[in-house]
Amino acid sequence: MQDWKRNKASFGAISLGPVLWLAVFFLAPLAIVWAYSFGRNAGLTEIDISGTFANYARALEPLYLEIFGKSVAVAAITTAICLVVGFPIALGITFASPRARPWMLLAIMLPFWTNLLIRTYALITVLRTEGYVNKSLGWLWESASGLKALIGLAPLSTWEPLPLLYNNFAVIFGLVYVHLPFMVLPLYAALDRLDKSLIEASLDLGAGHFRTITQIVAPLAAPGIISGIIITFVPALGAYLTPDLMGGPDSQMIANVIERQFKRANDWPFGAALSFLLMYATFILIALQALRNRKAETRA
Amino acid sequence: MDRRMPLSEFRQNRRSILKSLGAAAVGISFAGALAGCGSKEKAAGTGTGEEPKLNFYNWDTYIGETTLGDFKGASGIDVNMSLFATNDELFAKLRAGNPGFDVIVPSNDFVERMVKADMILPLDHAQIPNFKNVDPAFIDVAYDPGRKFSMPYTWLVLGIGYRKSKVKAKPDSWKVLFDSPEYKGRIAVLSEAGDMFRLYGKYLGKSVNNLTSDDLKTIEAMMIKQKPNIKAFHEDNGQDLLLSGEVDLVLEYNGDLAQVMKEDDDLDFIIPKEGSQLNSDTLCIPKGAPHPKNAHAFINYLLDAEAGKKITETILYPTPNAAAKALMPDSYKNNPVIFPPADLLAKCEYASYNEKLQPLYEEAFTRVRAA
Repeated sequence: MQDWKRNKASFGAISLGPVLWLAVFFLAPLAIVWAYSFGRNAGLTEIDISGTFANYARALEPLYLEIFGKSVAVAAITTAICLVVGFPIALGITFASPRARPWMLLAIMLPFWTNLLIRTYALITVLRTEGYVNKSLGWLWESASGLKALIGLAPLSTWEPLPLLYNNFAVIFGLVYVHLPFMVLPLYAALDRLDKSLIEASLDLGAGHFRTITQIVAPLAAPGIISGIIITFVPALGAYLTPDLMGGPDSQMIANVIERQFKRANDWPFGAALSFLLMYATFILIALQALRNRKAETRA
Repeated sequence: MDRRMPLSEFRQNRRSILKSLGAAAVGISFAGALAGCGSKEKAAGTGTGEEPKLNFYNWDTYIGETTLGDFKGASGIDVNMSLFATNDELFAKLRAGNPGFDVIVPSNDFVERMVKADMILPLDHAQIPNFKNVDPAFIDVAYDPGRKFSMPYTWLVLGIGYRKSKVKAKPDSWKVLFDSPEYKGRIAVLSEAGDMFRLYGKYLGKSVNNLTSDDLKTIEAMMIKQKPNIKAFHEDNGQDLLLSGEVDLVLEYNGDLAQVMKEDDDLDFIIPKEGSQLNSDTLCIPKGAPHPKNAHAFINYLLDAEAGKKITETILYPTPNAAAKALMPDSYKNNPVIFPPADLLAKCEYASYNEKLQPLYEEAFTRVRAA
């Protein structure tokens, strides 16, 4: 492979487009919002960028910190469930026959081709009081009750639909549903590269399946697991639609609060400050991961 | 006011419209289209001297099914309609300058807000002769005296939608939603902070426009106390929650309830005895509109009796267009949900925009939701 340093001109020419694109459509708008976060509302549409830190001070009040904390907790639980559910799936795909594998991957990716809003509404129709889950469970309950009565036992009490929607459970369920592919795909990529003879060796040397997974597969797949965790956690932390549509009275997450600042409260400076706090948190996470990688490299 | 129409409801509402109007709707649309071809108003449109285009920024499902086509037939002007879901979205989009809209449909408090922010063009009444069709009650309104900036398009009122078989008595007080565990877990209220605080104020016997910071504290404490009894803060899709049996009582707009009541006999709507809050959606021309003359012609067309009738048949909201209302069937005119009794309406108020209180409402509501 040629070193890019030897062909600076052609490298520069090729990278000019993407760099310009990033600068104009990503960095510049971000810089404007960043500047807003040091401003205050000077009128209905005017923002006076005065260099104040008042927005950040307000964002660090206990009220907003608690909402941040709650969002982190929800995102962490979501990520943990995705990992526990996604790992066996990724493992299954890795060891499936070469003919079945593309179909299984397709099944994982298929939901990506459907709009998030449509998937969320579909989930609502499944989970609501009169939804498919409750209807099926209700039918089973009634049948069991009827059977018991048939053989002379006291019938079951009347069926109470489960509260599956408009609570924190629904938010986490929805987030797991949406983010599972983000976890499975990097896990699969890591597991697929794994040298299968190591697994065979482990099994041949007398380790059980579980021990092989925890002591051989998991450590070797660690980079995939970590990127899966980050790629799931970051969007889950900024989730907005799912808590909005599926959450109950106390399911608001930080993104919902940010949205309200930009719209209903018409307080862009404060919304900008909250957004940047969220972004800083994400940056720190990614920086920690990069640091870890470098340490691992130097050790190796 | 679920003009934002979640996908699941799209078919439902369409169906309800067809069901309610039956074959007549088809007949009317054809007649309308043919009348349009007669081009009796062609001169007016070409007379604007502008290119035959117009950008209309509207709520979803908030126009007659053939209205835009009819207007093109009558005037030759092509209407390009895009949709917004909330007033805040509309405001946010126009905040940094008009991206090219000619006619917008803000609600009353946003008319005030946008006029204050110098975002709206004054209307030339000489170009809107159909202004004569507007019910006189809607002309000298507090948010726009003399209708200098806005023409009324619809009006609506908040109240309680409920399932008749699931309530013990008519829920004729805000108490059932705001201050009582009677219907625990079967209630959904609006997630709009300002509306919620103002209606709590109404429940406490105050005017929606006279709340003090002490009132806000009292109300916040009441909301936190009531929160465990509430199933969801809905985003203006309360009628769907009610229709699907998710909740039995819901804070919603009368027009939305009128739509779902066509599908389910067991639903009803009531304005609580303490009074409520009125809203009105209006037609305005934003500053920087590329086709102001076409915009006037379009607003004038929407205020036409026949065009207004077709719009009303589709959206089923109360119309401030007296001439259009006169053409509507009795089932609409005498519908107590669409046109609530006058004595109750007398207790209702329009909310005016309050620059200082709005962020306080939002922050208090964030506290309530985090509590």
